[in-house]
Amino acid sequence: MQRNEAIRPSIDGTHMSSAPLITLVLILSSLAYWLGRRRAFALARRPSAGKLHSRPGYYGVLTGLWCGLPALVIVAVWQMAADPLLTRMAMDGVAAAKGVVNPDQINLLVNDMRNLVAGNVVAHEVDPLIQAAADRYLGLQRISNLALATAALTAALVGAYLILARIRPALRARNQVERVIEIILTLCSTFAVFITIGIVLSVLFESIRFFQQIPLADFLFGLKWSPQMAIRADQAGSSGSFGAIPVLTGTFLISGIAMAIAVPFGLMSAIYLSEYAGSTFRATVKPLLEILAGVPTVVYGFFAALVVAPAIRDLGALTGLPVASESALAAGLVMGIMIIPFVSSLSDDVINAVPQSLRDGSYGLGATKSETIKLVILPAALPGIVGSILLAVSRAIGETMIVVMAAGLAANLTFNPLQAVTTVTVQIVTLLVGDQEFDSPKTLAAFALGMLLFVVTLALNVIALYVVRKYREEYE
Amino acid sequence: MSEARPMSTMARVNVGLAARYRKERRFKFFGLAAIVASLMFLALLLASITAKGYTAFRQTEILLDIHLDPAVLDVNNLATANYAALVRDSVQTLFPRVENRQDKRIVAKLASTGAAYQVQDMVMNKPELIGSVKSVWVLADDEVDMFIKGHIPRNVPESERRISDQQAAWIDQLTAAGRLQLAFNTTFFQAGDSREPELAGIRGAAMGSFFTLVVTLVLSFPIGVAAAVYLEEFAPKNRWTDLIEVNINNLAAIPSIVFGLLGLAVFLNFMNLPRSASLVGGLVLTLMTLPTIIIASRASLKSVPPSIREAALGVGASQVQTIVHHVLPLAMPGMMTGAIIGMARALGETAPLLMIGMVAFIVDVPHGFSDPATVLPVQIYLWADSPERAFVERTSAAIMVLLLLLLAMNAAAVFLRNKFERRW
Repeated sequence: MQRNEAIRPSIDGTHMSSAPLITLVLILSSLAYWLGRRRAFALARRPSAGKLHSRPGYYGVLTGLWCGLPALVIVAVWQMAADPLLTRMAMDGVAAAKGVVNPDQINLLVNDMRNLVAGNVVAHEVDPLIQAAADRYLGLQRISNLALATAALTAALVGAYLILARIRPALRARNQVERVIEIILTLCSTFAVFITIGIVLSVLFESIRFFQQIPLADFLFGLKWSPQMAIRADQAGSSGSFGAIPVLTGTFLISGIAMAIAVPFGLMSAIYLSEYAGSTFRATVKPLLEILAGVPTVVYGFFAALVVAPAIRDLGALTGLPVASESALAAGLVMGIMIIPFVSSLSDDVINAVPQSLRDGSYGLGATKSETIKLVILPAALPGIVGSILLAVSRAIGETMIVVMAAGLAANLTFNPLQAVTTVTVQIVTLLVGDQEFDSPKTLAAFALGMLLFVVTLALNVIALYVVRKYREEYE
Repeated sequence: MSEARPMSTMARVNVGLAARYRKERRFKFFGLAAIVASLMFLALLLASITAKGYTAFRQTEILLDIHLDPAVLDVNNLATANYAALVRDSVQTLFPRVENRQDKRIVAKLASTGAAYQVQDMVMNKPELIGSVKSVWVLADDEVDMFIKGHIPRNVPESERRISDQQAAWIDQLTAAGRLQLAFNTTFFQAGDSREPELAGIRGAAMGSFFTLVVTLVLSFPIGVAAAVYLEEFAPKNRWTDLIEVNINNLAAIPSIVFGLLGLAVFLNFMNLPRSASLVGGLVLTLMTLPTIIIASRASLKSVPPSIREAALGVGASQVQTIVHHVLPLAMPGMMTGAIIGMARALGETAPLLMIGMVAFIVDVPHGFSDPATVLPVQIYLWADSPERAFVERTSAAIMVLLLLLLAMNAAAVFLRNKFERRW
């Protein structure tokens, strides 16, 4: 079904045009490095000048940085700002002339213009007004590119000249270069925070638009999920229902099955590996188990859909049980297998962190190994194990490909593992893959589900990390 | 009448000892069983995929005697000639006794539609062949291929299989005449996607994966290492750095599909970057791999002993010089191991790329970062969705290729670790 999707025309031109300019700036910058270094060497050779503060290379690097960085910043900012600005200038008055006020229709006009600019084939007759706007856009773009090139190159040359003129033995080049390096490092480290903010903002923003159309209470407590929106107003079944409860139940059902597999198998493997196994056995088996975690999820999905699901269905036919061909059991089972190494390696760490003195005390009282494990080690490691299980649950809830390929699309409100259920991730994928208008509640619902997913997994992670950290401190 | 003597402690212990030892053995057995079962799952997974996929590396071909008819092939207009008719005629001449028009059409379908392109390439490269009769091995149709490989069983009722008894007889006739062979499937490695299984290949997806990973590596490795260096070597211990740390740990556990939503909202809808491009895929995967690389790089920096730093600082190096000249080179193998593992994970990632349109049906092999592309895992997903029996085989084969690539990357990581890791 997704294969028939058309590829939306893209505008490459505006994004790729700066590549030669950037190359030019980089060449200039290396030239500046060389000039700066040469000048520093020349200074050092002059007997009257005294000793250089830094090694000559630093003077070169400083010149290069001042030549390259401001120019690159100008290019980046310009690229971000130019396109919307140019579009607005080109489309100025077009909407008014066509008597269009609706923002959606204005967007359509803008898209038409963009397609013309990109040189894509437009199916319908070209509107002369739009054509004029496209020509205007192209003209403006030419001017803008020229202006950008002038500005960037001027900045590069001026920057390089300013530093070159200032190279003296007393110039503290190394300190300045190191300051710049430190700033860059700091910026890189804040990147992680920006990613989180980006996720929150993008998901939140679209979710708010969704909740403007569908009340929050309907979404959180509604019992029916059928996100079909009519394309025309008079179509039958024109309002979809967006109750998330069946989707959430499906998610928890499948995750529950997965955990029912992963926890016993993972925990017992971890116990055996850390308490019973010899070092060679451990060294060979542990990496083998890790392979299970390294197999791409799409492979598990294929396996679930092609091997496990038919096997379960045949088994059901044999015993007379009605099994759906996309049963929750198949997806949950395979997901459980995928999560085994996750549980086992985390629990392994936790069990190993229990101090040897506790074991020795238990053995000294005459307990067997299994008694020690069950009565001493597991209780001592319990918080850590709970933490790792919570992390595994969050992994199961967020898992996408296995359920997309092996679980169903129909949102049945059921706890029967033999029936088909759907999950949050499946719904996000189905709602967003393919060409949809971006403003319909159907598309926005995916972001609301994404928000739900983000909040639930984030809460699980925060609790789990807190528990694990707290526990570790206890024994350190 | 006997006096109930209190049991000695040893006696009481001895009474229960056998049962306790049994319990002990049972518990140990359960542990071993859990491991064995997990490994069995792994073996089953790999075995079933190999069993399904290994046949895809060979492809059935038909030997046709094609009469390159000058009446059909106009030397001045070779690009538009009707090569399909040439192929059709030559298949039909193999079965002179088939008279019925409908049967004739079915006979013609024994050869793939791609055979026409094969003939076209041959003629365009060597126009002097026109007029002669040339024997060529051309691709067989995917149904024929499946039948030859035994994926369409003979012993089921005719109505339940895709090859009729009549077709089976024709195929047997060809086999008997030595006109069918299984040859190495070069198409699979050289072609892009196609709706015809026999013409579909993984080249397009592999190139897409390559471009995507290049973007990911170029962005995530420098940024990740820089962030790790800052957090490990420069950062003061305060609220802000605590926040960054918590953030990185949380990012590592966020479901990958959420990154896809971010990519869709920010890169496609806000920044108007081209849809389906490996550039955007690389950007999204960068966000995902960054935490992995930062965490691995920090661990690697931590393992460099402080004495190295103190010695460098002691002879007058600045902090930046200490790090660039001494700490980084020593920590580099660990960082590279982390980067390779992060790349391996990025190579296997599917879900976020579905969100940014890399799931489209793309026939052309991408040549650049902004060309519409797909990646290996997404190609697997697309093929797994296709109804044709031959795509099951190709999906499994693509999975085998993907797993081999992942294995190679992980082996490289292990090699790096063993070769360069130093214990201080």
